[in-house]
Amino acid sequence: MSEYSNKKNEEFSPVHTNKVGGSPYTGVIGWIDNRLPIFRIFKHEYLDFQVPKTLNYFWSFGGILMICLIFLIITGLALGMHYKPSADEAFNSVEKIMRDVNFGWLIRYAHMNLASFFFIAVYLHIFRSLYYGSYKEPRQLMWLLGITIFFLMIATAFLGYTLPWGQMSYWGATVITNLFSAIPLVGEGIVTWLWGDYSVGDAALNRFYVLHWLIAFLIVGIVVFHVIALHIVGSNNPSGIEPKDTRDTVSFSPFTTSKDLVGMLVFILIFVAVMMFAPNYLGHPDNYIPANPMVTPAHIVPEWYFLPFYAILRAIPDKLMGVIAMVSSIAILGLLPWLDFSKVRSSVFRPIWKQCVFLFVLDFFLLMYVGAMPAEGIYLVLGRIGTIYWFAFFIILAPLVSIYEKPLPMPQSINEYMDWKKKGKIKTFNFTG
Amino acid sequence: MDKNNNNSKPTRRDFIYTLTASLGVLGAGASVWPIVSQMNPDSSVKAMSTVEVDISKVDKGKEITVMWRGKPVFIKRRTEDEITKARNISLGELPHPETDKKRVLKDEWLVVVGICTHLGCVPINGKGEYGGWFCPCHGSHYDTSGRIRKGPAPTNLEVPKYKFVGNDKIIIG
Repeated sequence: MSEYSNKKNEEFSPVHTNKVGGSPYTGVIGWIDNRLPIFRIFKHEYLDFQVPKTLNYFWSFGGILMICLIFLIITGLALGMHYKPSADEAFNSVEKIMRDVNFGWLIRYAHMNLASFFFIAVYLHIFRSLYYGSYKEPRQLMWLLGITIFFLMIATAFLGYTLPWGQMSYWGATVITNLFSAIPLVGEGIVTWLWGDYSVGDAALNRFYVLHWLIAFLIVGIVVFHVIALHIVGSNNPSGIEPKDTRDTVSFSPFTTSKDLVGMLVFILIFVAVMMFAPNYLGHPDNYIPANPMVTPAHIVPEWYFLPFYAILRAIPDKLMGVIAMVSSIAILGLLPWLDFSKVRSSVFRPIWKQCVFLFVLDFFLLMYVGAMPAEGIYLVLGRIGTIYWFAFFIILAPLVSIYEKPLPMPQSINEYMDWKKKGKIKTFNFTG
Repeated sequence: MDKNNNNSKPTRRDFIYTLTASLGVLGAGASVWPIVSQMNPDSSVKAMSTVEVDISKVDKGKEITVMWRGKPVFIKRRTEDEITKARNISLGELPHPETDKKRVLKDEWLVVVGICTHLGCVPINGKGEYGGWFCPCHGSHYDTSGRIRKGPAPTNLEVPKYKFVGNDKIIIG
């Protein structure tokens, strides 16, 4: 009490509530912005935001992914209005969507193919990061958030694939949920708990439907974090050199937005072509056979985007180790910022790392091919070679190349980088446009 | 508080903190448990867990598949040859050593859950290198006793709890 009365007014800290004001806008927008600063945040982060001027089309995939996510949610919402998540009705309700519901065929084909294109875009987005070292200081947390999104995408894509309750849905669900049974001691209990029954059935389907929704929105949440982090650390760029002043940058709008728009339109064009002319090309015909718990299809394969990881699972003859290898093959991406400690970000200046990354891409396609083939003979051998390179890339090559590689001479700034490029002193992909 | 902490004797306030924290943990646990438990199979699912099967019409060398707990169960009436094949093998050669005697109640009848112990597919009868079953998903081979012989599956096909009622009926579960 005495302490309070002895203090002078100036010694008390002001209270930071009621900060109404500070908007650069006037009128109704200004009135709102003074109370809820969404307009000034938008202006700051999307109109005036400075972006390196060297960005090539690989940097469009963030925006493309955002569009994919929005359309997946809109089409998913529409499908959810007609779909029935029960073992008796699911298959028929999907057929009803395809045959009876107004534009149901279009909405379902869009949702199905968008899932595939979401993965195409995310793989290119990840390749961009690998090639240009976007995961390095100070963007490690962005990278980790990205890996988290990738894990959630895998989960929700898997759950979504089970919903039509065809043969591939059913057996895919059985095989993937059984991965948990590899956990010692508690595995069987966890699987029964996940199923709500002693096999995949009605109870499982109903909860898969709910979780498919939940995870979709979790992705939205993590994407918000991913983007907030991006706006703190800023975009990387093909040179891997941080911009120093506005000579090295352009403002997000109209420069990046218009370039992104071109990328998006091309992407949408390809997507629409596939959706309209070959809507089932990326799917599996067996999924148009209703689920039958008594018969496993002769050759079960997951969706194309899971094939590389499926190949890794099968490359290892032990059940538990196979599951561990499959999960770590993705999780290990998260360690890359610390395994690759070369100070140079961009592969443009890293002659050896560049080769390693290209081999890694080849390895990805090799494993994808092996994952679609039966697990025997030459495919098993190729799968094992592919698995070894996958892990060696991270555990052995990344640190060794960081130590022994001699980077090419580097320009001092983004401006100089562009100058060198014009003079032909730097060899790059010609994606700058 | 600081003065109290220097004292080695617990105070009334320490008691209240510990009690509050413990009750908080208990309460959180009590609220989470129903949410977790609702996902487990309920009593109506568990109640469906026995089936009665008429096996009088199964010929020697044939197999029938019945549904039990949503899973296929293989009931195989083995030939003399298949029984000898299952018995003439030393346990050392098996990835998951079990004698055939232990896996059957009557020599002629083999009852196993038709779920591959690798990742849950249904193996195909009469295929594979050991005359038993072959799993098409990841290539596990089972012998005429349903034991894993080759491939990624870690254990033998599960033998469910069952009993014979008379000579031509089996109750599974």
